[in-house]
Amino acid sequence: MLGLEKKDLRLLLIVIGLTMLAPFILNPFPEGSEMAQFNAGYPDLMQRFVIFGIFAIGFNILFGLTGYLSFGHAAFLGVGSYAAVWMFKLLSMNVLPAIILSVIIAGLFSLLIGFISLRRSGIYFSILTLAFAQMSFALAYSVLTPITGGETGLQLALDDPRIFGAAQTATGNIPVPALFGLEMRASYELALGNWLFTFNAGYYLAALFLILSFYLAIRIFRSPFGMMLRAIKSNQTRMSYTGLNSRPYTLAAFVISGMYAGLAGGLMASMDPLAGAERMQWTASGEVVLMTILGGAGTLIGPVLGAGMIKYFENIFSKINDTILHGWFAFLPDGLENFVVAIIHPFIGKGWHLTLGLVFMLVVIFLPGGLVQGGQKIAAMFRRKQPEDAKSKATEPAE
Amino acid sequence: MDQFILQILNGLDKGSAYALIALGLTLIFGTLGVVNFAHGALFMLGAFVAVTMSKLLTLSHKVVDETRTDFLGNPLQVEVPYIYDWFGQATGDVIIDWAVPISIIAAIPVMIAIGFIMERGLIKHFYKRPHADQILVTFGLAIVIQEIVKYLYGANPIPTPAPSAFVGSFDFGVALGFDPNAIIYPYWRLVYFFFSIGIIAAVFAFLQFTTFGMVVRAGMADRETVGLLGIDIDKRFTIMFGIAAAVAGLAGVMYAPINSPNYHMGMDFLVLSFVVVVVGGMGSLPGAVAAGFLLGILESFASMSAVIDFLPGINQIIIYLVAIIILLTRPRGLMGRKGVMEE
Repeated sequence: MLGLEKKDLRLLLIVIGLTMLAPFILNPFPEGSEMAQFNAGYPDLMQRFVIFGIFAIGFNILFGLTGYLSFGHAAFLGVGSYAAVWMFKLLSMNVLPAIILSVIIAGLFSLLIGFISLRRSGIYFSILTLAFAQMSFALAYSVLTPITGGETGLQLALDDPRIFGAAQTATGNIPVPALFGLEMRASYELALGNWLFTFNAGYYLAALFLILSFYLAIRIFRSPFGMMLRAIKSNQTRMSYTGLNSRPYTLAAFVISGMYAGLAGGLMASMDPLAGAERMQWTASGEVVLMTILGGAGTLIGPVLGAGMIKYFENIFSKINDTILHGWFAFLPDGLENFVVAIIHPFIGKGWHLTLGLVFMLVVIFLPGGLVQGGQKIAAMFRRKQPEDAKSKATEPAE
Repeated sequence: MDQFILQILNGLDKGSAYALIALGLTLIFGTLGVVNFAHGALFMLGAFVAVTMSKLLTLSHKVVDETRTDFLGNPLQVEVPYIYDWFGQATGDVIIDWAVPISIIAAIPVMIAIGFIMERGLIKHFYKRPHADQILVTFGLAIVIQEIVKYLYGANPIPTPAPSAFVGSFDFGVALGFDPNAIIYPYWRLVYFFFSIGIIAAVFAFLQFTTFGMVVRAGMADRETVGLLGIDIDKRFTIMFGIAAAVAGLAGVMYAPINSPNYHMGMDFLVLSFVVVVVGGMGSLPGAVAAGFLLGILESFASMSAVIDFLPGINQIIIYLVAIIILLTRPRGLMGRKGVMEE
């Protein structure tokens, strides 16, 4: 179906199921209970899950397939956000043209940067992309202030033209982004017993885009084009000796992943119509690298998992504080309880980046294939006998 | 003309920091073939050795001063640094004042030890892995080090003053025959520049004139042959890693008075230092030093108001712009060796 193999179709169906039912799945704890703070089913966080999922899927098309490690991918996300906000300012508050434009602009921008950066490979490519992204960041922050809003970021204003839409609402406020009248922040709340589930319009729009992106990524992975990209990763020299010019393929992969980043940026601006230069900074580029590696570079589902993991723990870990810890370890004798809390203390709350760094190092050291590889190893332990070839096919990330 | 000299001087101290970090990066890359993204963290750790040292020296205990009373009429409690008890007040004050230079003595063994632990504990296992893996694991390590420092010292910059003898500025204007106050330059930055020249000279002399350095250079050129001659080249490379860490650490120690150390200063410098290394040419030590000073000076020229009026924003991007141009026109960087990191 849809030109997919059975296994891929199953994967796609799983992703569809997970994203569509996310408000239920992410809210397992009843409202008001002690565990309710671990619920992730509120719109803001769910939107971030899927948006960064899209970003990571796109990054994976470049890094996972061709092995080119770009350290400046956040620039495309930033450009996408700016493009979307400008559409809101000039055209109307409809999100569709904004998202389309952000994809196009990010695509053009990545075509330019990719055309130059891809003349080199290896670490030189990483440094070139990093240099371009830092340049974009510095310019957006200073000289390009008329276009980017500089330090304060690009925001909507009451006196924006908005040719096809109202400049302001009847009550004199700035209108909110909407899809043909359906406001992105509109939510439907469903109370079932003690549980409260929120279904947010913006989330579902982003989720639809995620599914579409995921489907496209599967098609790319399984296409002759994807095969070519993997060949470039495994041995580019040999590819050139066979008389094949690899540049157009890498450039195409670069532009595709730049467009994914632009889509993520456009969606981000649609959920919250402002864009800032810090989205382009190299730390933001580093984050998407972390997500992809953590989940499993070169695998289909890995980047989505990695993005979800990082964004979930970023929110939840930073919420845990000492009081909560004391609550958990109350069953221990007092001295031991304080000791355990003191040990865990540096890793929670503001220290969550420490946890992230450690987890990331452990993954790179022991699980080069990311969480997906870890999951497969565990699955293989339970499934004792497995046909050898099927296993190697499943566990090997694209070399 | 005076503007011109001023900008060159301004570029020197930043250029020295770039050159020192890039030198360490190149040493590690040239010997071990590892791209070390945690090198900026070593620079930052050096700065925090200085912070720790000045905290340790001012560690004090409370003493009741009978001669003075506080506003309630009770005897006043004053904090007396332990160092006063040991050396007397006058010597103690001098020692506290000279905390930053003193921490150099502490920084060398500390940084070499950290370098050893890093190399033996982690990086050793990554020699055979692809460069991307090396970048990623050291990137993770940099985050971890950075967060530990943030946990221990807080997120705010910690002012670490230079010895009072170096407070104030040197008036180059008078010395060179221009108007007074036309070119003034803080003493400490001058010290920093000469200090880094000294370190760079020491590293080069060590590599050039000692047997150990000769073996290391031979190992950089052809590791296998040196190994076949019965020399334990891995051990020497580990020592070089320690030395590279110490160079970064010393650069950090002396930089502390110029910019108050904070936990992310390493990352800020790292990105630029990588650009410096690539511009100088991967694996070339003179290239790294030259590119460090060159880019430092170019950066300060670009921030001259006459240049900014002409090309707004150029001061922010000049280094990256130069890096892009050099990478595209001279694939090996300014002085890159043939066959290093060419894919």
